[in-house]
Amino acid sequence: MSMDQAVTAEGIEQAITEFVSGRVKAEVPADEDLFASGLVSSMFAMELVVHLEQAFSVQILGDDLKRDNFRTVQAMTALVARLRGVEQPADA
Amino acid sequence: MGHTPSDTIAVVGAGVMGRSITALALGRGVHVVLVDVSEEVLGNARAEIAQQLRHGQFMGAFPGSPAPGTLTTTQSTSEVADAAVVIEAITEDASLKARVMADISSTVPAGVPLITNTSGIPIAELAKSVQRPAELAGVHFMNPAYLIEMVEVIRGPQTGDDAMAAILSVLERLGKKTVVVRDAPGFVTSRLLHPMINEAARVVAEGTASVEAVDRLMHGCLGHPTGPLRTADLIGLDNLADALRLLAERTGNLTFEPCELLMEKVRRGDLGRKTGRGFYDYGKVLS
Repeated sequence: MSMDQAVTAEGIEQAITEFVSGRVKAEVPADEDLFASGLVSSMFAMELVVHLEQAFSVQILGDDLKRDNFRTVQAMTALVARLRGVEQPADA
Repeated sequence: MGHTPSDTIAVVGAGVMGRSITALALGRGVHVVLVDVSEEVLGNARAEIAQQLRHGQFMGAFPGSPAPGTLTTTQSTSEVADAAVVIEAITEDASLKARVMADISSTVPAGVPLITNTSGIPIAELAKSVQRPAELAGVHFMNPAYLIEMVEVIRGPQTGDDAMAAILSVLERLGKKTVVVRDAPGFVTSRLLHPMINEAARVVAEGTASVEAVDRLMHGCLGHPTGPLRTADLIGLDNLADALRLLAERTGNLTFEPCELLMEKVRRGDLGRKTGRGFYDYGKVLS
């Protein structure tokens, strides 16, 4: 529960950035298009889905399960934040 | 229950390929009877197939988003009798495949085509074990079957026109593009790809370049989608070693024997993506 309280949009973004850059062995700016840059393969894409679900205790279902939600670290952060009901800036 | 036979296919073997083929069919709205000797393997398969269906949806692999087919898992090959086609997808072991094909062939009625999913065992060889060789053909599905658009179809010397037509029609129903080739060890794709992967591993073992460098060169210079070693991890290194051995035995070309680095990884249980480590480290296994 204490972990839950600590979850903020910045915290989510940081955790996702760490996971992605650790796996692709490269720096990953939050706005970089991971699919266009070839950093994320179709196989790793699904690992990202499963990782986000497990790491943040969310379920990504139906219309949320689309590539646009995983295109950048920012997009993934916004998705997780929304599913967890975390407050985020209006332009996120 | 209530499914017309033409809506149902049977898949025998719930390993990497059996799961991936099942996910493909379900995603396309086709019902599947999935058979394996192990209840535990079937349980794991159910969970992974559910995840693969999400993956396929995520990647837009199921156009029109049809209602997914229903999955039935069973340990009995007798339940395949009502299927429109039976796809054998067990371990790449010629004698084991021969035994399973014989068993399936005695169960399904005449007129139901049999497909063997093999990366390189000649169809003529497996045809000796079935009751109706005219109804057997090979289809080499790529992994993941639900994402890769094309399959290699192998017409054996005895394969009949009716079976070919039925098999091509099932593959069309599954949304696959097909190229039909004649029977030979490794057909086309494995004959070319597997020795390339073997050589790529030798290049790494000899210290010429790192795993990453080999893949980056093959990707960046030659347009290979992932590089041969990443592909190897996706195929599964145990399967690759089996397929290379089969190719060496049947062509007499000893350079096709799996190289030492490949065998060392297989002995260590580093089989690629499915175990979390092969030529690359994938962290925790996708559950």
